[in-house]
Amino acid sequence: MIHLANPTQFMRLSARLLPWLRGATLLLLAGGLYYALFRSPQDYQQSETVRIMYVHVPAAWMALFCYSAMAGAAAGALIWKHPLADMAAKATAPIGAAFTLIALVTGSLWGKPMWGTWWVWDARLTSVLILFFLYLGYMALNNAFDDPARGAKASGILAIAGFVNVPIIKFSVDWWNTLHQPASVVKLDGPAIDPSMLWPLLLMALAFTTYYLWVLTLRLRAEVLASRLRAAQRRQALG
Amino acid sequence: MDQLTSYFAMGGYGGFIWPAYTLTAAVLIGLLVASRRTLTARETELDAIRGTEENETADEA
Repeated sequence: MIHLANPTQFMRLSARLLPWLRGATLLLLAGGLYYALFRSPQDYQQSETVRIMYVHVPAAWMALFCYSAMAGAAAGALIWKHPLADMAAKATAPIGAAFTLIALVTGSLWGKPMWGTWWVWDARLTSVLILFFLYLGYMALNNAFDDPARGAKASGILAIAGFVNVPIIKFSVDWWNTLHQPASVVKLDGPAIDPSMLWPLLLMALAFTTYYLWVLTLRLRAEVLASRLRAAQRRQALG
Repeated sequence: MDQLTSYFAMGGYGGFIWPAYTLTAAVLIGLLVASRRTLTARETELDAIRGTEENETADEA
């Protein structure tokens, strides 16, 4: 980890890592989609709409995972001044926002046929919508300053403060009366979901994770180059 | 052909399932393409500015 703190080292390592991340994502996606759309059974209650679960749930998991990573990176930048931490937080934000959007919209598309409604202001849906606004707020605040360091600091504080929303989202279905169903996978007594459905779910979750790492690497490389560009432009201005 | 049609119908729920998958693909592919484009643009910019710096040093030399 400390090794990666050096931007030049990171650029070298990430160049070698990229083809593997691309390959892993495409392979896992192919496998996940095959099982999700063809080989897995329909649900006895939800029939074919259960297939939406294979994009909705992994996206929701990633929405929470990315926010945690973003808040963690922001904390790393604020507390330990890790050189790449701010960049990692900034690079993660749009990816997390994308997954949150996917979770919200696919959830709606699942809710309409199953619950009879596109939306309901229950604790789970509302807190995930708030998560989406937190992502947008982070990105807006980050870009609101001429000095990138100030933008990173301000948005970093927002990211850390907003982290309280993550356990709220997770436990919302336990703490409140919600239309959204309770946890079936990540619970104390193990998953309550059939293996024929658990496997495509886990494959898609892994695919989304490697996708995140792939796009994160691309965006981090771009951030490092942006920093070098600014330095070069400063030299030109002074020279 | 009938099998294909009934598969796409997804028990009557195709109108919800396929948009869900299409949107997911569109968002994820869109983000990937945008990220790649930004990276390439920055690489080009940096090469250009480094090229200028080298030329200036060469001139001074």
